[in-house]
Amino acid sequence: MALDAFDRDLIAATQGGLPLVARPYEAVGAMLGVSGEQVRKRLGEMLGEGLVRRIGAVPNHYKLGFVANGMSVWDVDDALVDALGEQVGALEGVSHCYRRPRHLPSWPYNLFAMLHGRSRAEVEQQAEHIAAMLGEACGARDILYSTAILKKTGLRLTAKG
Amino acid sequence: MLSLDDVRLMTRLHGGLPLTDRPFADVAAEMGWQEDSVIERLHHLLAHGVLTRFGPLFQIERGGGQFVLAAMAVPETRFDEVAAQVNALPEVAHNYRREHALNMWFVVAAASPARAEAAIHHIGCISGLPVFAFPKEREYFVELKLPLTVPQEGRHGA
Repeated sequence: MALDAFDRDLIAATQGGLPLVARPYEAVGAMLGVSGEQVRKRLGEMLGEGLVRRIGAVPNHYKLGFVANGMSVWDVDDALVDALGEQVGALEGVSHCYRRPRHLPSWPYNLFAMLHGRSRAEVEQQAEHIAAMLGEACGARDILYSTAILKKTGLRLTAKG
Repeated sequence: MLSLDDVRLMTRLHGGLPLTDRPFADVAAEMGWQEDSVIERLHHLLAHGVLTRFGPLFQIERGGGQFVLAAMAVPETRFDEVAAQVNALPEVAHNYRREHALNMWFVVAAASPARAEAAIHHIGCISGLPVFAFPKEREYFVELKLPLTVPQEGRHGA
Protein backbone atom coordinates (compact mmCIF):
# COMPACT_ATOMS: atom_id res chain seq x y z
CA MET A 1 0.00 0.00 0.00
CA ALA A 2 1.60 3.27 -1.12
CA LEU A 3 1.36 6.46 0.90
CA ASP A 4 -0.35 9.43 -0.68
CA ALA A 5 0.78 13.04 -0.26
CA PHE A 6 -1.50 13.62 2.72
CA ASP A 7 -0.23 10.50 4.47
CA ARG A 8 3.36 11.59 3.97
CA ASP A 9 2.58 15.06 5.31
CA LEU A 10 0.75 13.55 8.28
CA ILE A 11 3.69 11.25 9.05
CA ALA A 12 6.20 14.08 8.66
CA ALA A 13 4.14 16.28 10.99
CA THR A 14 3.67 13.70 13.74
CA GLN A 15 6.64 11.29 13.65
CA GLY A 16 8.56 13.53 16.05
CA GLY A 17 5.62 13.56 18.43
CA LEU A 18 2.19 15.09 18.88
CA PRO A 19 1.95 18.67 20.10
CA LEU A 20 1.20 18.61 23.82
CA VAL A 21 -1.79 20.90 23.70
CA ALA A 22 -5.43 20.36 24.60
CA ARG A 23 -6.40 19.71 20.97
CA PRO A 24 -3.36 17.98 19.48
CA TYR A 25 -5.11 16.65 16.36
CA GLU A 26 -6.55 20.09 15.65
CA ALA A 27 -3.02 21.53 15.98
CA VAL A 28 -1.64 18.97 13.51
CA GLY A 29 -4.51 19.75 11.14
CA ALA A 30 -3.71 23.47 11.35
CA MET A 31 -0.11 22.70 10.27
CA LEU A 32 -1.36 20.72 7.29
CA GLY A 33 -4.28 22.94 6.34
CA VAL A 34 -6.96 20.38 7.18
CA SER A 35 -9.38 19.93 10.07
CA GLY A 36 -8.60 18.07 13.26
CA GLU A 37 -11.44 15.77 12.28
CA GLN A 38 -9.61 14.79 9.07
CA VAL A 39 -6.43 14.10 11.02
CA ARG A 40 -8.28 11.89 13.49
CA LYS A 41 -10.13 10.06 10.73
CA ARG A 42 -6.94 9.24 8.83
CA LEU A 43 -5.01 8.25 11.97
CA GLY A 44 -7.92 6.00 12.89
CA GLU A 45 -7.74 4.33 9.47
CA MET A 46 -3.98 3.99 9.78
CA LEU A 47 -4.47 2.24 13.12
CA GLY A 48 -6.90 -0.13 11.44
CA GLU A 49 -4.45 -0.81 8.61
CA GLY A 50 -1.57 -1.34 11.01
CA LEU A 51 0.31 1.59 9.51
CA VAL A 52 0.11 3.11 12.99
CA ARG A 53 0.86 0.62 15.75
CA ARG A 54 -0.51 2.85 18.48
CA ILE A 55 -0.59 6.49 19.52
CA GLY A 56 1.31 6.60 22.74
CA ALA A 57 4.46 6.98 24.75
CA VAL A 58 7.88 5.54 23.92
CA PRO A 59 9.77 5.03 27.18
CA ASN A 60 13.50 5.11 27.73
CA HIS A 61 14.25 1.71 29.25
CA TYR A 62 17.25 3.01 31.16
CA LYS A 63 15.24 5.72 32.90
CA LEU A 64 12.65 3.17 33.96
CA GLY A 65 15.30 1.20 35.78
CA PHE A 66 15.83 -1.36 33.02
CA VAL A 67 19.54 -0.67 32.81
CA ALA A 68 20.48 -4.05 31.35
CA ASN A 69 19.38 -4.23 27.73
CA GLY A 70 20.64 -7.19 25.79
CA MET A 71 20.06 -8.29 22.24
CA SER A 72 19.98 -12.05 22.59
CA VAL A 73 20.77 -13.90 19.37
CA TRP A 74 20.28 -17.57 18.65
CA ASP A 75 21.15 -20.03 15.92
CA VAL A 76 17.89 -21.94 15.61
CA ASP A 77 17.01 -24.80 13.28
CA ASP A 78 15.33 -23.25 10.23
CA ALA A 79 12.52 -25.79 10.33
CA LEU A 80 11.60 -24.86 13.90
CA VAL A 81 12.49 -21.19 14.18
CA ASP A 82 9.04 -19.82 13.35
CA ALA A 83 7.18 -21.87 15.92
CA LEU A 84 9.81 -21.22 18.57
CA GLY A 85 10.07 -17.51 17.70
CA GLU A 86 6.38 -17.05 18.50
CA GLN A 87 6.90 -18.62 21.92
CA VAL A 88 10.01 -16.57 22.68
CA GLY A 89 8.28 -13.36 21.62
CA ALA A 90 5.46 -14.01 24.07
CA LEU A 91 7.78 -14.09 27.09
CA GLU A 92 7.68 -11.22 29.55
CA GLY A 93 10.75 -9.04 29.23
CA VAL A 94 11.05 -9.69 25.47
CA SER A 95 10.13 -6.46 23.68
CA HIS A 96 11.04 -7.37 20.11
CA CYS A 97 11.55 -10.74 18.49
CA TYR A 98 12.50 -11.32 14.87
CA ARG A 99 13.92 -13.81 12.45
CA ARG A 100 16.82 -12.27 10.52
CA PRO A 101 19.39 -13.55 8.01
CA ARG A 102 22.62 -15.20 9.12
CA HIS A 103 25.95 -13.87 7.86
CA LEU A 104 28.09 -17.01 7.83
CA PRO A 105 30.62 -17.81 8.99
CA SER A 106 30.94 -14.98 11.50
CA TRP A 107 27.25 -14.55 12.32
CA PRO A 108 25.37 -17.85 12.66
CA TYR A 109 22.35 -16.38 14.49
CA ASN A 110 18.89 -16.14 12.93
CA LEU A 111 16.63 -15.42 15.92
CA PHE A 112 16.88 -12.06 17.68
CA ALA A 113 15.09 -11.30 20.97
CA MET A 114 15.55 -8.04 22.87
CA LEU A 115 15.74 -8.59 26.62
CA HIS A 116 15.37 -5.97 29.33
CA GLY A 117 16.18 -6.32 32.99
CA ARG A 118 17.17 -4.37 36.06
CA SER A 119 20.52 -6.16 36.00
CA ARG A 120 22.51 -8.37 33.68
CA ALA A 121 21.78 -11.26 36.00
CA GLU A 122 18.09 -10.74 35.32
CA VAL A 123 18.71 -10.68 31.56
CA GLU A 124 20.79 -13.82 31.79
CA GLN A 125 18.02 -15.53 33.68
CA GLN A 126 15.62 -14.66 30.87
CA ALA A 127 18.16 -15.99 28.37
CA GLU A 128 18.37 -19.28 30.27
CA HIS A 129 14.61 -19.54 30.08
CA ILE A 130 14.76 -19.04 26.31
CA ALA A 131 17.61 -21.55 26.00
CA ALA A 132 15.48 -24.13 27.78
CA MET A 133 12.56 -23.34 25.49
CA LEU A 134 14.69 -23.71 22.35
CA GLY A 135 16.37 -26.89 23.59
CA GLU A 136 18.27 -28.86 20.99
CA ALA A 137 16.89 -26.73 18.16
CA CYS A 138 19.43 -24.09 19.13
CA GLY A 139 23.19 -24.19 18.59
CA ALA A 140 25.31 -21.10 19.20
CA ARG A 141 23.94 -18.14 21.17
CA ASP A 142 25.12 -14.79 22.45
CA ILE A 143 23.88 -11.67 24.22
CA LEU A 144 24.99 -8.27 22.96
CA TYR A 145 24.47 -5.72 25.72
CA SER A 146 23.97 -2.10 24.77
CA THR A 147 26.39 0.23 26.49
CA ALA A 148 25.26 3.52 24.97
CA ILE A 149 22.27 4.93 23.10
CA LEU A 150 23.96 6.79 20.25
CA LYS A 151 20.69 7.92 18.69
CA LYS A 152 17.01 7.33 19.36
CA THR A 153 14.85 9.60 17.31
CA GLY A 154 12.65 7.04 15.58
CA LEU A 155 11.31 7.35 12.08
CA ARG A 156 12.13 10.56 10.22
CA LEU A 157 10.71 10.57 6.73
CA THR A 158 11.09 13.76 4.78
CA ALA A 159 7.84 15.30 3.54
CA LYS A 160 8.83 14.25 0.01
CA GLY A 161 8.99 10.70 1.30
CA MET B 1 12.75 9.48 40.11
CA LEU B 2 9.40 8.27 38.84
CA SER B 3 6.36 8.94 40.93
CA LEU B 4 3.36 6.69 41.20
CA ASP B 5 1.44 9.18 39.06
CA ASP B 6 4.14 9.01 36.36
CA VAL B 7 3.79 5.25 36.24
CA ARG B 8 0.01 5.42 36.16
CA LEU B 9 0.07 7.87 33.28
CA MET B 10 2.64 5.92 31.27
CA THR B 11 0.74 2.71 31.80
CA ARG B 12 -2.48 4.34 30.66
CA LEU B 13 -0.88 5.95 27.62
CA HIS B 14 0.95 2.83 26.58
CA GLY B 15 -2.37 1.48 25.41
CA GLY B 16 -2.91 4.53 23.27
CA LEU B 17 -4.19 8.08 23.22
CA PRO B 18 -7.88 8.33 22.24
CA LEU B 19 -8.67 9.80 18.82
CA THR B 20 -10.98 12.40 20.26
CA ASP B 21 -11.09 16.17 20.03
CA ARG B 22 -9.61 16.61 23.52
CA PRO B 23 -7.80 13.33 24.17
CA PHE B 24 -5.88 14.52 27.23
CA ALA B 25 -9.13 15.65 28.85
CA ASP B 26 -10.58 12.19 28.21
CA VAL B 27 -7.53 10.46 29.69
CA ALA B 28 -7.68 12.86 32.65
CA ALA B 29 -11.34 12.09 33.25
CA GLU B 30 -10.59 8.33 33.28
CA MET B 31 -7.84 8.87 35.81
CA GLY B 32 -9.61 11.44 37.97
CA TRP B 33 -7.10 14.15 36.99
CA GLN B 34 -7.27 17.53 35.30
CA GLU B 35 -6.47 17.90 31.59
CA ASP B 36 -3.65 20.33 32.43
CA SER B 37 -2.05 17.85 34.83
CA VAL B 38 -1.87 15.19 32.13
CA ILE B 39 -0.27 17.57 29.64
CA GLU B 40 2.17 18.98 32.20
CA ARG B 41 3.24 15.55 33.36
CA LEU B 42 3.83 14.43 29.79
CA HIS B 43 5.96 17.53 29.20
CA HIS B 44 7.91 16.68 32.32
CA LEU B 45 8.48 13.03 31.33
CA LEU B 46 9.66 14.05 27.86
CA ALA B 47 11.87 16.86 29.19
CA HIS B 48 13.55 14.45 31.59
CA GLY B 49 14.05 11.78 28.97
CA VAL B 50 11.85 9.21 30.69
CA LEU B 51 9.86 9.19 27.47
CA THR B 52 11.75 9.58 24.23
CA ARG B 53 8.66 10.37 22.17
CA PHE B 54 4.93 10.73 22.41
CA GLY B 55 2.73 10.30 19.36
CA PRO B 56 1.80 7.88 16.59
CA LEU B 57 4.22 4.98 16.14
CA PHE B 58 4.32 4.26 12.45
CA GLN B 59 4.81 0.77 11.09
CA ILE B 60 6.14 2.20 7.85
CA GLU B 61 6.38 -1.21 6.19
CA ARG B 62 2.60 -1.15 5.92
CA GLY B 63 3.04 1.95 3.79
CA GLY B 64 5.70 0.59 1.45
CA GLY B 65 8.65 1.60 3.61
CA GLN B 66 11.28 -0.50 5.30
CA PHE B 67 13.14 -0.73 8.61
CA VAL B 68 16.50 -2.47 8.39
CA LEU B 69 18.74 -3.39 11.28
CA ALA B 70 22.41 -3.08 10.35
CA ALA B 71 25.71 -3.46 12.14
CA MET B 72 29.35 -2.53 11.74
CA ALA B 73 32.62 -3.43 13.42
CA VAL B 74 34.03 0.02 14.08
CA PRO B 75 37.63 0.42 15.29
CA GLU B 76 37.64 2.03 18.76
CA THR B 77 39.80 4.91 17.57
CA ARG B 78 37.19 5.81 14.97
CA PHE B 79 34.07 5.05 16.98
CA ASP B 80 32.93 8.63 17.72
CA GLU B 81 33.71 9.82 14.21
CA VAL B 82 31.73 6.98 12.60
CA ALA B 83 28.86 7.37 15.10
CA ALA B 84 28.58 11.03 14.06
CA GLN B 85 28.58 10.06 10.36
CA VAL B 86 25.91 7.43 10.88
CA ASN B 87 23.74 9.54 13.18
CA ALA B 88 23.80 12.47 10.76
CA LEU B 89 21.62 10.52 8.33
CA PRO B 90 17.90 11.20 8.89
CA GLU B 91 17.20 7.61 7.81
CA VAL B 92 18.99 6.33 10.93
CA ALA B 93 16.21 6.00 13.51
CA HIS B 94 18.17 4.38 16.34
CA ASN B 95 21.80 3.61 16.95
CA TYR B 96 23.23 1.60 19.85
CA ARG B 97 26.71 0.74 20.94
CA ARG B 98 26.94 -2.94 21.87
CA GLU B 99 29.60 -5.14 23.42
CA HIS B 100 30.65 -7.29 20.48
CA ALA B 101 33.08 -7.23 17.55
CA LEU B 102 30.07 -5.77 15.73
CA ASN B 103 29.91 -2.83 18.09
CA MET B 104 27.57 -0.43 16.31
CA TRP B 105 23.97 -1.46 15.64
CA PHE B 106 21.56 0.90 13.97
CA VAL B 107 18.13 0.85 12.38
CA VAL B 108 17.55 2.49 9.03
CA ALA B 109 13.97 3.59 8.39
CA ALA B 110 13.06 4.70 4.89
CA ALA B 111 10.02 5.27 2.71
CA SER B 112 10.99 2.41 0.40
CA PRO B 113 13.32 -0.60 0.41
CA ALA B 114 15.38 1.10 -2.32
CA ARG B 115 15.93 4.14 -0.10
CA ALA B 116 16.86 1.95 2.85
CA GLU B 117 19.37 0.10 0.71
CA ALA B 118 20.77 3.38 -0.59
CA ALA B 119 21.20 4.68 2.97
CA ILE B 120 23.04 1.53 4.02
CA HIS B 121 25.26 1.68 0.93
CA HIS B 122 25.96 5.35 1.70
CA ILE B 123 26.98 4.52 5.27
CA GLY B 124 29.40 1.91 3.92
CA CYS B 125 30.90 4.47 1.54
CA ILE B 126 31.33 7.36 4.00
CA SER B 127 32.68 5.16 6.78
CA GLY B 128 34.77 2.90 4.56
CA LEU B 129 33.59 -0.06 6.66
CA PRO B 130 31.58 -3.13 5.70
CA VAL B 131 27.94 -2.88 6.77
CA PHE B 132 26.08 -6.06 7.66
CA ALA B 133 22.36 -5.76 6.97
CA PHE B 134 19.87 -7.79 8.97
CA PRO B 135 16.49 -7.08 7.35
CA LYS B 136 13.77 -8.81 9.29
CA GLU B 137 12.45 -11.92 7.62
CA ARG B 138 9.69 -12.49 10.12
CA GLU B 139 8.34 -10.57 13.10
CA TYR B 140 7.25 -12.64 16.07
CA PHE B 141 6.54 -9.91 18.55
CA VAL B 142 6.96 -6.17 18.91
CA GLU B 143 5.53 -4.63 22.01
CA LEU B 144 7.04 -3.40 25.15
CA LYS B 145 5.49 -5.33 28.00
CA LEU B 146 7.74 -4.35 30.83
CA PRO B 147 6.18 -4.53 34.26
CA LEU B 148 6.19 -0.85 35.13
CA THR B 149 6.63 -0.32 38.82
CA VAL B 150 7.67 2.53 41.02
CA PRO B 151 11.41 2.01 41.53
CA GLN B 152 11.29 3.20 45.14
CA GLU B 153 9.55 0.84 47.46
CA GLY B 154 7.36 1.94 50.32
CA ARG B 155 5.77 5.07 48.96
CA HIS B 156 2.77 4.69 51.22
CA GLY B 157 0.67 7.76 51.60
CA ALA B 158 2.32 9.44 48.61
